[in-house]
Amino acid sequence: MGFLDVLLGRSKPVKPDLDRLFALPTAAVTLEAATGFTPTGLGSVCFRAVEGGAFARLQRDIRELLDADEGPEVELSTDAYGYTWLLARHDPGDLSGLVTDLHAVNATLESNGFGPHLLCSLIGFRGPGDEDDRRLALVYLYKRGTFFPFAPLPGRTEARDNALELQVRGAVGADLPIEPDLSRWFPVWGAPGL
Amino acid sequence: MARTRYAPDRGLTSRMLVTMFLLGLVYVAFVTAFFVIAPKLGPAVLVIAAGLLLAQYFFSDRLALFAMHGREVSPEEAPELHGVVDRISAMANVPKPRVAIADTDVPNAFATGRNQRRAVVCVTTGLLRRLDPVELEGVLAHEMSHVAHRDVAVMTVASFLGVVAGLLTRFGLQFGLFGGFSRNRDQNTGLVLLAVIAVSALAYAISFLLTRALSRYRELSADRAAALLTGRPSALAGALVKISGDMARIPTRDLRAAEPFNAFFFAPALSGGLSFSALFATHPSLERRLAQLQEISARLSREGA
Repeated sequence: MGFLDVLLGRSKPVKPDLDRLFALPTAAVTLEAATGFTPTGLGSVCFRAVEGGAFARLQRDIRELLDADEGPEVELSTDAYGYTWLLARHDPGDLSGLVTDLHAVNATLESNGFGPHLLCSLIGFRGPGDEDDRRLALVYLYKRGTFFPFAPLPGRTEARDNALELQVRGAVGADLPIEPDLSRWFPVWGAPGL
Repeated sequence: MARTRYAPDRGLTSRMLVTMFLLGLVYVAFVTAFFVIAPKLGPAVLVIAAGLLLAQYFFSDRLALFAMHGREVSPEEAPELHGVVDRISAMANVPKPRVAIADTDVPNAFATGRNQRRAVVCVTTGLLRRLDPVELEGVLAHEMSHVAHRDVAVMTVASFLGVVAGLLTRFGLQFGLFGGFSRNRDQNTGLVLLAVIAVSALAYAISFLLTRALSRYRELSADRAAALLTGRPSALAGALVKISGDMARIPTRDLRAAEPFNAFFFAPALSGGLSFSALFATHPSLERRLAQLQEISARLSREGA
């Protein structure tokens, strides 16, 4: 914010940066080679549903847009914090198709002026072989243009596998811009697509 | 693009500018008058005042937490609260502030800290008990807007004059009582000191009113920023009504006994003198805040696709 904005108490909403999403398919290959984690084919977009009719109409348009190509429907849900999640399903092998869908949702919201209300997008991964109850998500922060890993410990409520998260940071650090500020790696417990 | 939704509120901006201008004007006039009347006392008092203000500026977060008996909490202790703060920080792209809880049933929240790195937001247990997560988010976004707008810095500078004037009044009184009025000094000293006291008191009174006005405008700015960030002006409005409703109920208990006597007063103790008390309030009236939020809500649902 500029000096005048600070003085006058005017904060501008931050605009999102969408393009880095397309780096995900490459990173997924690297991730599998390094840790054995593979994509689940689930991905979701989290945004703040703005009150009023304009946003409700837009939300309907996005659903129709994603449901248009034959494939399972997107699922809409609301979490305890009042944020809306759009869950998209794809074949686990077709990660670039999933990323394209997520990008389409984001781009539609942004071009209609609701970009400041985007929170994050995430793509789910599952553990290798006999550890397939382990989950991992790569979360994209629009306002920063950075990614961070989120890995809940299986079977326990609200505990994170920090060792795995740091391992993932090392593995995909070359492919994705990783959020350097660890305090911004916020947990998304129970997020759809995890 | 519906970018116009975030166009600045010109009325609010201009009123805030006028207030800041007047505040500066009073300050300049005051300092000039002071140096003309008592050139010797000036520098020392200014240094003391500046020192106090620097301390207030640098320790604002710790002072406020201490005064409110706030206790910093970890994400494990208060996962929901941290979750809300995490999300607001990610939406607004600001560093996450420290989170604290004050153990009192009065519903309230505050945020302080001279910059975003050192910010701390504190909520009371009473607020957590009364608000649902969406309303809580509105309140926290409001408080975090204060940090983003650097209210600590702006209000510290704005209250500079008030503090200086207050100090001078005190010094003037001390000198006047213990030395200035004694017969063995020449008569001029006493007169000068009286003049200093008078000017200081006047400057303090004016700057007091102006800082209050500035504070009210900044509250409106923070409401606006929070409503646009969360996209839920109505949730914030609901939270305001809940909080103020509860707050209004607390003092009535004590005042109830006094109400029968109102018939003997010229102005009733509760309803009268509204415009006068509005001058001294640090927060705008609930109606004013609700009206602004309603306007934002109408705009949000009208514009877009």
